[in-house]
Amino acid sequence: MIRLIDIQKSYDNGTKALKGVNLRIDDGEFVFLVGPSGSGKSTILKLITAEIAPTAGRLMVNGYNLNNITPRQVPYMRRTLGVIFQDFRLIEKKTVKENLIFAMQVVGASSREIRKRVAYVLDLVGLLDKGDQRPDQLSGGEQQRVAIARALVNNPQMIIADEPTGNLDPMRSLEIMMLLERINELGTTVLVVTHERELVNRFSKRVVAIENGRIISDETGGYYNNETTI
Amino acid sequence: MRQRYNFKYLFSEGFHSIFTHGFMSFAAVCMIVCCLLIMGSFSLVAVNAQHNFSDLEKDNQFSAYIDETLSQEEARALQDEIEAIPNVARAEFVTKEQAQADFEADYEGNPLFEDLPSTVYRDRFHVYLEDLSKLTETEAAVKQVAGVADTYSAPEIAEGFTVIRNIAGGVALILVAILLLVSLFIISNTIKLATFNRREEIAIMKMCGATNAFVRWPFVFEGMILGVTGALVGFFLQWGVYALVGRAVGGTDTIDLIKVLPFQPMALWVLLAFLITGLLIGVVGSMLAIRKFLQV
Repeated sequence: MIRLIDIQKSYDNGTKALKGVNLRIDDGEFVFLVGPSGSGKSTILKLITAEIAPTAGRLMVNGYNLNNITPRQVPYMRRTLGVIFQDFRLIEKKTVKENLIFAMQVVGASSREIRKRVAYVLDLVGLLDKGDQRPDQLSGGEQQRVAIARALVNNPQMIIADEPTGNLDPMRSLEIMMLLERINELGTTVLVVTHERELVNRFSKRVVAIENGRIISDETGGYYNNETTI
Repeated sequence: MRQRYNFKYLFSEGFHSIFTHGFMSFAAVCMIVCCLLIMGSFSLVAVNAQHNFSDLEKDNQFSAYIDETLSQEEARALQDEIEAIPNVARAEFVTKEQAQADFEADYEGNPLFEDLPSTVYRDRFHVYLEDLSKLTETEAAVKQVAGVADTYSAPEIAEGFTVIRNIAGGVALILVAILLLVSLFIISNTIKLATFNRREEIAIMKMCGATNAFVRWPFVFEGMILGVTGALVGFFLQWGVYALVGRAVGGTDTIDLIKVLPFQPMALWVLLAFLITGLLIGVVGSMLAIRKFLQV
């Protein structure tokens, strides 16, 4: 579960990125966070992943109070999250399997756990036959599915996807979104940051719209109407 | 909430990283070798200088002249009392006849010192010291012994030896400290470059929940391997250079003024010093290099 209570964030250059944001995402939800560039979407993601700290307000992520989290606790909090990026961020010199193994070695998983889990998530994302290929041998959509598999491999409570379809064509984008929906149906909370109106509107999910550092609407089953949600 | 570490994996990551930027690793090892060689050479020169000065110091002594009213037997009896004085290594009795013979032998053919009457000479002790820097106090203490009429020394020689020894030691220490810092800076920059090449990988690791220790260990292992390799190469080169210089000094120093210590008895200490220094340079250098990249 994520809770942002009256969160404010100002950067050193004086930019006020967030001006009192209140947001609650419960376990098992699927949420679209939408808004134009510079609206504060990325700042919210950085706050949730503890890359930055809020200037004011209270922030809870999966049972961790990020207002007084110690640097030693941060890695353990991050293990409850799986993060997906627009540019995939796969390690090019490693194969698909090795990318997933790497993510599990990082958290100290045993070889047995790794073998079992890697096969399971590769099957889940439909890449069981591509395990030995390197990312540059895959299409954009397949690379993003590898990134999703990597985010899932440590069985996180929540998946955070930052513009996951930004580099993909509409067909591949739809596939990725359907995959995320399936992952959500299996019990993982999903937060997708995007500004792709058509894609958001195809899924009847909760849509949180942010503009100028403030949440301007939060509708379950809502849709994204270019400027604002309804 | 304790992290399990697979050290085999971490070590293998560090080991493989050396070969993924092979040239930089080679440059780092070369720099460590150079620094250790310079450091080792200065230290060995300092050790040899210390040894040679100690030998010279051992030759240094002062004379204690005995009161003329004492017989030679009475004078000899003072030996125990003089040797009991702190900082006196030993006292050697010289009769006036022996002193005359030595003097005449030293100045043979010099008309200025010919035909000196035997009454000019006195029985005396040559007093040898443990620590030359305490010459003045020791000489004063010997002078207090009943039966000792006077003493003679050349304190400026003693002070000269002490000053040279202290300067040599100080200079060596400063140079070693500077070279250590230079080595640290170089290895730190080498690993920083390696870290920079892998910054994306580190960011991914951190996002997946890697602890700082997990990210740091492969780089620390890399630094350790580079440091130990540099130390071993440096040690054998140092051995070769020392043997060559020793042979060259032995060949030119016909009066055997400078004694070059053999390397073998010092080899284990030199190896240990190189290994510890190499390891420290590697570990501290890598820790300094990775610090910035952990702040994700």
